[in-house]
Amino acid sequence: MKKRDNQSYDEFIKGIWRDNPVFAQVLGMCPMLAVTNSAVNAIAMGGATFFVLVGSSFLVSSFRNWIPKQVRISCFIIIIATFVTIADYTLLALVPKVHKELGAFIPLIVANCLILGRQEAFASRYPTRLAVMDALGMATGFLIALFSLGAVREILGDGALFGVKLFSENFDPWIIMILPPGGFLTLGVILLFFNWFKYKKDEFLEDVAEAERSGN
Amino acid sequence: MNADGRTETAAPSSLRLVLTLAIAGLISGIAIIGIYETTLPTITANKARELREAVFKVLPGVTQMQPLVYRDEQLIAVQEPGKDEPVVYGGYDEQRNFVGYAMPGAGPGFQDTIALLYGFDPEERQVIGMEVLESRETPGLGDKIYKDAVFVGGFSALSTDPEIVAVKKGTKSAANEIDAITGATISSKAVVRIINETQAAWSERLPPPGAEPPIVEAAPAAGGAGQ
Repeated sequence: MKKRDNQSYDEFIKGIWRDNPVFAQVLGMCPMLAVTNSAVNAIAMGGATFFVLVGSSFLVSSFRNWIPKQVRISCFIIIIATFVTIADYTLLALVPKVHKELGAFIPLIVANCLILGRQEAFASRYPTRLAVMDALGMATGFLIALFSLGAVREILGDGALFGVKLFSENFDPWIIMILPPGGFLTLGVILLFFNWFKYKKDEFLEDVAEAERSGN
Repeated sequence: MNADGRTETAAPSSLRLVLTLAIAGLISGIAIIGIYETTLPTITANKARELREAVFKVLPGVTQMQPLVYRDEQLIAVQEPGKDEPVVYGGYDEQRNFVGYAMPGAGPGFQDTIALLYGFDPEERQVIGMEVLESRETPGLGDKIYKDAVFVGGFSALSTDPEIVAVKKGTKSAANEIDAITGATISSKAVVRIINETQAAWSERLPPPGAEPPIVEAAPAAGGAGQ
């Protein structure tokens, strides 16, 4: 029992850090770059993707033994598209302003390779509990990545976070950050940091191994 | 391994494939119709409220509104304008006096279509308010057409005769001129052009001042505007 809990915890945590969909797998770049010009948009997009990914993984995993593998991709797409439509109408009804800002990128969640990728690589092969944990982890990782980009871009490009001004009147916003190039710049810097960290960690582990060897 | 006792190697019959997809499609269809029906009233109400708020914003002092359409060579009040039928909104104050028209207009901006609503006072022949409803202008530059209070405020008493002209910032000298936004000349000119075009399209259809259609009893601001 203990071991199984560890496994589901692992499936959850890997999506947030080690296999983060954006920083490690570099998936879902289209919404990542397009709608992260403010923290609110980023969270709305992350939330919608979260809902779609977790819902689809749950259904795909639950029905994995009933779906013949010849038509599995079509079935995944039907399931994903249904959840996307639900998310689309819900956002339109609850937060019309955010829905307007996100525009075409909500229907485009269907085409997010992160979601279909998780169905094919994980949910269709593993028990429901693990599939849901995996989806929760991946979706949280995606949400965190979107938010970190959105927050950085809004702070630098608009001098605000969640629409609240952070600086005095003298702050001259760095407008390029909320334009498309700002998305690439921010993502590039974050990826650089992520890879540098990974590199340092590997180096550290190597040093430890070496020290152990010479100690013997 | 499989729940229905099949082995992985047996190829499923075509019927099974068709059935699987048909059932998936059916369930999906039911779910989508369900969510559409559930959210439709809220979405319609939101849109109607947004429109009413915009009309009240561009026509100061207005508390009631009704859609007006041009049919049989005259402007008449309707409950529900036809689909794709050009429409303007008549704004009335508490005493049910006509205040002005709220005129929707749309046209190409710098990046995408700009949709706006402006208030028109037919007696003074002036634009008395302007609100951008939809635009994708450049953040920080073009979006000043609705964020810059000076520019938006410039539409509070702007003569439409012979037509509105956007001039370089600080050089406004006539009643029909408005200061363009520095760094967003194209967007400012687009707004002016949209208003001029809408004005030209409607000028023949609007009745002479004083002969506007009176407000119809059934169309007060009782939340029914969008139904």
